[in-house]
Amino acid sequence: MGDYILLIISCIFVNNILLMQYLGNCPFLGTSKKMETAVGMTMGVIFTLVMTGAITWVVEYAVLKPFDAQYLRTLAFILVIATVVQFVEMYLKKFIPTLYAGLGIYLPLITTNCAVLGVCFININENYNFLQTLISSFAYPAGFGLALILFAGVRERILLARVPKPLQETSIGLATAGMMSLAFYAFKGMA
Amino acid sequence: MAKTAFQEFTKGLWTEVPPYRLVLGLCPTLAMTKQVDMGFGMGLAVTFVLVGSNVLISLLRKVIPKNVRIACFIVVVATFVIVVELLMQAYTYELFLKMGIFIPLIVVNCIPLGRAEAFCYKKGVLPSFADGLGMGLGYTISLTVLAIIREVFGNGTFFNQPISFLGPSFQPFSFMITAPGAFVCLGLMLCIMNILGKK
Repeated sequence: MGDYILLIISCIFVNNILLMQYLGNCPFLGTSKKMETAVGMTMGVIFTLVMTGAITWVVEYAVLKPFDAQYLRTLAFILVIATVVQFVEMYLKKFIPTLYAGLGIYLPLITTNCAVLGVCFININENYNFLQTLISSFAYPAGFGLALILFAGVRERILLARVPKPLQETSIGLATAGMMSLAFYAFKGMA
Repeated sequence: MAKTAFQEFTKGLWTEVPPYRLVLGLCPTLAMTKQVDMGFGMGLAVTFVLVGSNVLISLLRKVIPKNVRIACFIVVVATFVIVVELLMQAYTYELFLKMGIFIPLIVVNCIPLGRAEAFCYKKGVLPSFADGLGMGLGYTISLTVLAIIREVFGNGTFFNQPISFLGPSFQPFSFMITAPGAFVCLGLMLCIMNILGKK
């Protein structure tokens, strides 16, 4: 049990996917301008990643490994992700329209979010068992969400500040992300 | 406004250079610029994928139905990424190990998909080839420049070789090679690009 708690903490804080492993930066900068979009993106990523994490694990150990076709992993995983995202989109549209209205525009973006594919690869590379895969597929996007939502809060304040012209927009965003990353860097001592 | 193939090539080098102007493909830009060989290798891998996928998609643009085009693009790009992955595993194994999951992640690096959607699906083979080559080389140069800055200041080395002219009293500025350093460094780089080139 202790191992699993440790795994959760290390996925959320120590190895934060966004600030420590540099994955998922495009949506990080793209959707962090407003709090609502940040929350929407977080929910979408958690939702799809738990599903894709589980499915890609099964694909890896039930299909690719027995047939010795692991060189096709990249292709197989990206197809799983694209399919799941499409499926989730159709399901939400039909059955939970309120949630769909909130998540709708972010869902297609999730396919090309490298955090999703990245976590699926990490699960396989670290030889996680199925339960560990489920936990990390939940904890990594939770860490992503934590960083994204905190950053959105910071960014709303930056809008009010007077930033020098060349530094505006993405540039100051990245420098701020650097400061946040420095804060998360302190968690490295915990591991 | 038909641009020549040469213009399509040169726009990727300066006016639309991917990580700084279009702000695409940031994840490898941050992660792969710790050392020059990683940045350079990543740039070349992306160039190969871009040229291959650009040419193939523009050849197939009349065949691919509009509704499922994104899925088709992803399959084409993923195929070239697998080719790169296998080639690097065979010929540059050390670099392959160092770059880790970032090689397969070229699939979701927005540049190949973005170019496919914005350019190759509408244009002919030759402009697409020039566009891919230009964008790829622009990406390689940007990554290499950032990697040189980070490795020289952060580690005091260049291509993993110690630099002699820095003198024995040089203390590495180790902030540069950490994750926070990557963000700050890229932020400042964007700032410099903003000052240099008002479009």
